[in-house]
Amino acid sequence: MNKHLLSIDDVGADEIQEIFTTAAEMHDVQSRQVKKLPALRGRTVINLFFEDSTRTRSSFEIAGKWLSADVINLSAKGSSASKGESLRDTVLTVTAMGIDGLVVRHGASGAAEQISRWVDVPVINAGDGTHEHPTQALLDAYTLTRKLGTLEGKHVAIVGDLTHSRVFRSNLKCLTKLGATVTAVAPPTLMPAGVGDWSKAAGFSVSYDLDEVLSGSRRADAVMMLRVQRERMSGGFFPTAREYTVGYGLTRDRLARLEPGTPILHPGPMNRGLEISADAADALDSAVLDQVSAGVAVRMSVLYHLLAGEETS
Amino acid sequence: MPAQQTTKAHDGADGGRVVLDAGDISRALIRISHEILERNKGAEDLLLLGLHTRGVPLARRLADNIAQVEGTTVATGELDVTMYRDDLRSNPTRAPHRTQVPPGGIDGKTVVLVDDVLYSGRTIRAALDALSDLGRPAVVRLAVLVDRGHRELPIRADHVGKNLPTARSERVSLRLVETDGEDEVRIQ
Repeated sequence: MNKHLLSIDDVGADEIQEIFTTAAEMHDVQSRQVKKLPALRGRTVINLFFEDSTRTRSSFEIAGKWLSADVINLSAKGSSASKGESLRDTVLTVTAMGIDGLVVRHGASGAAEQISRWVDVPVINAGDGTHEHPTQALLDAYTLTRKLGTLEGKHVAIVGDLTHSRVFRSNLKCLTKLGATVTAVAPPTLMPAGVGDWSKAAGFSVSYDLDEVLSGSRRADAVMMLRVQRERMSGGFFPTAREYTVGYGLTRDRLARLEPGTPILHPGPMNRGLEISADAADALDSAVLDQVSAGVAVRMSVLYHLLAGEETS
Repeated sequence: MPAQQTTKAHDGADGGRVVLDAGDISRALIRISHEILERNKGAEDLLLLGLHTRGVPLARRLADNIAQVEGTTVATGELDVTMYRDDLRSNPTRAPHRTQVPPGGIDGKTVVLVDDVLYSGRTIRAALDALSDLGRPAVVRLAVLVDRGHRELPIRADHVGKNLPTARSERVSLRLVETDGEDEVRIQ
């Protein structure tokens, strides 16, 4: 395995399967009374978060702690970064304390990769700008594999604000790597520029009609709803929230027409009533909470593979 | 063919000397099954926990033997100790195998750890740590098919199929039908 996990490009299909095999074992640990494995005893991991996060940060923290690592959370608020310290100085300062791994979230695309050039410990990208969020894609693919048995030949629809979504970019790479086909569904204003070139890639297509993707003989085997970032609604990407919901939301009507057993994913946080209705979020086929518990297992697996073994150069 | 090969009929194509054949292994396992029953005064509260990889089929075979003798089924499980190894840092990581114990857990049970070859004792040390994270057994015992000596920790087996004096430079290779297609113990 690569030293860092900055992008899904860092892991091959075999390595992803190995991460999943380990994650399945980690999943069992979650239901034990003693939720502790000694694999990272004596190792220290810093969660360096320059952007807000609830589930990613806490699940990395839990994952590290269940593997017996010491985990320290640093957020930009309350750190020297808010006093004007440069990213490089902040990173070099924390690594100089003798840590063994860095989990980084930053608003700038490419931040994690830049940091990986400054330090000699493994760096895990926990979201960089609109670029990638590899552990989210891994946990989504893991959740889908458990729901569908395999991803080989399956069709996954990813719906929502794709322009600004690092989750979409990582998921597209990860799902197609595992043999699934992906249809990106969004209003034209929220479809990434140049997406026409991407769609030449194997197993990827683009649609502007959610109902078509959810029905018919080539209907999606799973639906992944991504968050519409309310703060961007003023950007003129769509006229009103209501109009977005009618065209691209997983409404009660669309839920009723969905084939039973079609997993519904959402990485959170959800805007109930905007991209996903409360009925869909709480539906029997909703995998939202499975994703959260898979998040801990998959991150344990990633931390284990990157930090537990012999140092690779 | 290696030059040092002797002319014994047992010698196989991949060199070394066969020290236990299928019949020997089967007889050793039957004896161990009886020893376990004798020691435990029956099959009650017994849990045979196989250590990955080859301890797992061995535990199942012991359970089958016990079932034939006692007419009751004995609980079996599998234990992976990857995360508990003390040499984790000196090797590349690999995905752990399944750890599986019966739904009732291991609390209050007589757990018999089953492994193929007992050598340094470090795997068993790791297994004891793993067990304590799974619960609190009443008794823990150790059954191995081969004890080749050279212990590095104060650990000994309760039930041994065959004591095999070896040099450290020698390699003991144990093959089982379930994992390798044939039953055989060989010294190389």
